[in-house]
Amino acid sequence: MSRTVPPAAGRSATEEALDRPFGRLYSRNARAVISRGLMATRSSNWLVMLSGFFEPVLFLVSMGVGLGAIVGTVEGPGGGEISYAAYIAPALLAVSAMNGAVYDSTWNVFFKMHFAKLYQGMLYTSLGPLDVALGEIFLALLRGMLYATGFTAVMGVMGLITSPWALLMVPASVLIAFGFASMGMGITSFLKTFQQMDWINFILLPMFLFSATFYPLSVYPEPIQWFIQAMPLWHGVELLRQISVGTFTAATPLHVGYYLAMTAVGMLLTTLRLRQLFLK
Amino acid sequence: MHNEAILPAGTRAGSPPPRGTVIAAENLTKRYGDVVAVDGISFTVPAGESFGLLGPNGAGKSTTMKMIGGVTGRTSGSLNIMGLDPDSSGPEVRAHLGVVPQQDNLDEELRVRDNLIVYGRYFGLPMSYLRPKADELLEFAQLTDKAKSKVDALSGGMKRRLTIARSLINEPHILLLDEPTTGLDPQARHVLWDRLFRLKEQGVTLILTTHYMDEAEQLCDRLIVVDKGRIMAEGSPARLIREHSTREVVELRFGSERNATIGAELDGIGERLEVLPDRVLIYADDGEGALEQVASRGLRPLTSLVRRSSLEDVFLRLTGRSLVD
Repeated sequence: MSRTVPPAAGRSATEEALDRPFGRLYSRNARAVISRGLMATRSSNWLVMLSGFFEPVLFLVSMGVGLGAIVGTVEGPGGGEISYAAYIAPALLAVSAMNGAVYDSTWNVFFKMHFAKLYQGMLYTSLGPLDVALGEIFLALLRGMLYATGFTAVMGVMGLITSPWALLMVPASVLIAFGFASMGMGITSFLKTFQQMDWINFILLPMFLFSATFYPLSVYPEPIQWFIQAMPLWHGVELLRQISVGTFTAATPLHVGYYLAMTAVGMLLTTLRLRQLFLK
Repeated sequence: MHNEAILPAGTRAGSPPPRGTVIAAENLTKRYGDVVAVDGISFTVPAGESFGLLGPNGAGKSTTMKMIGGVTGRTSGSLNIMGLDPDSSGPEVRAHLGVVPQQDNLDEELRVRDNLIVYGRYFGLPMSYLRPKADELLEFAQLTDKAKSKVDALSGGMKRRLTIARSLINEPHILLLDEPTTGLDPQARHVLWDRLFRLKEQGVTLILTTHYMDEAEQLCDRLIVVDKGRIMAEGSPARLIREHSTREVVELRFGSERNATIGAELDGIGERLEVLPDRVLIYADDGEGALEQVASRGLRPLTSLVRRSSLEDVFLRLTGRSLVD
């Protein structure tokens, strides 16, 4: 690319922007995207927000209390006996962290990208694509944290919390949501039609049902166990289940590491894709 | 209407208005794969000018606008916006720009006034500046009584005015308008033109694309006629008409059957003849005189009209095609 523009006297804004990491992509103003999101929420869909909170609670009541009456107690992570409701509650929390983050970073982003043209408007301002990505992901995480706090409170009320460690489920849920949100946004950037968006549900539903959510991994033959363990949700389920009773093993840092890696890869993918999509 | 002091001096968020050249494009080229959208165009725009890009759909106007805004990179050539290269310092360049895209992309989840405030936040502007500024711009856009309305309750013209008001939130030196009045009814267009004219009076540099001749003639000091990514002609509307067309035009309709064969029978009348599928145009400095000659040859058109030459005729002359199909 030829640059025949005469250099301005002294250091130009261009040079400074190039000096900064991601100068072209990031203007250190993700908070503007965040405050926009909060304003939009204030005026809109409280019902959708509430449904996201109630979904895992309804599952917990139906499966935990209803089915739990037949199942009785099961073996928890530390080997101790816990009620079936206490066994599935952390798993449902992980599922809700996943669903919330994925919804926010896929359907929401898809709509804003292709229909509301919201990002096009934002990128005609001083904002860069990374400001937009960080802002949107932060909002997804904020929502995830509210849900997680609410659900943990419900667990407390139902007497399913037996260890103070359980409070750590809230930040751990945010980490799980971070992994899914950053990956989800990156993947969404490749999708062009509603039909393609349906693939996301096609992946999420089996992951929800089979990631040792309602019964231990040991029920599967070994090859399937390996497959499940490669999927992200299983790590979330295990992590929160361990935290809920305060039993940690050598696998705990592995679960955390899985999500850190997922977040890093997702953010990288999202940023590269936004650059391709909007700064072509 | 009583909103004269619209953008009072001294409250600008940016630096004082620039002097000299604000946009310089040299051999600007954009290729998408094998398709050349913009094919080596060069132009400069001095501060305060109202500069138009006139051409049919697909001429490369919007692509040029996007390159100026730094949201589309160029394939080759150079581009300088107020001393900055939009490719490498997009955010800084856009801080000086106001952008009115072809399709309104207002934030439907926010109310009218919040649209302005939130947009200002994207530029990193403080609330203490934005609150009075938003009210001032609502006044300018004649939307004060709609401040708390939802965006989708606005009419097409109101949405367009809100989009323009939004683009002014950072007090840009350069306003990019991509087809600003496409899809609006005549009355809404005139209201909009009036607003744009006021901005021009305040020294804002306007860059606008349009395929409406009347719009170009109303708003542009100078324009380039673009077709297939190339500049076909450049100048003020009046000069372009003078150079590329006659003073007047006679439009004749003989019905679609007859139009094709009538050319030979009209030969010699006026300076030039243009046979279109639906009508025949005779270019002549004296339109009435030409019309009399048509009648004296015993030809009876279904309708006839004598009018002044417009940029439409310039475009037709330069490219052999109409602007609006």
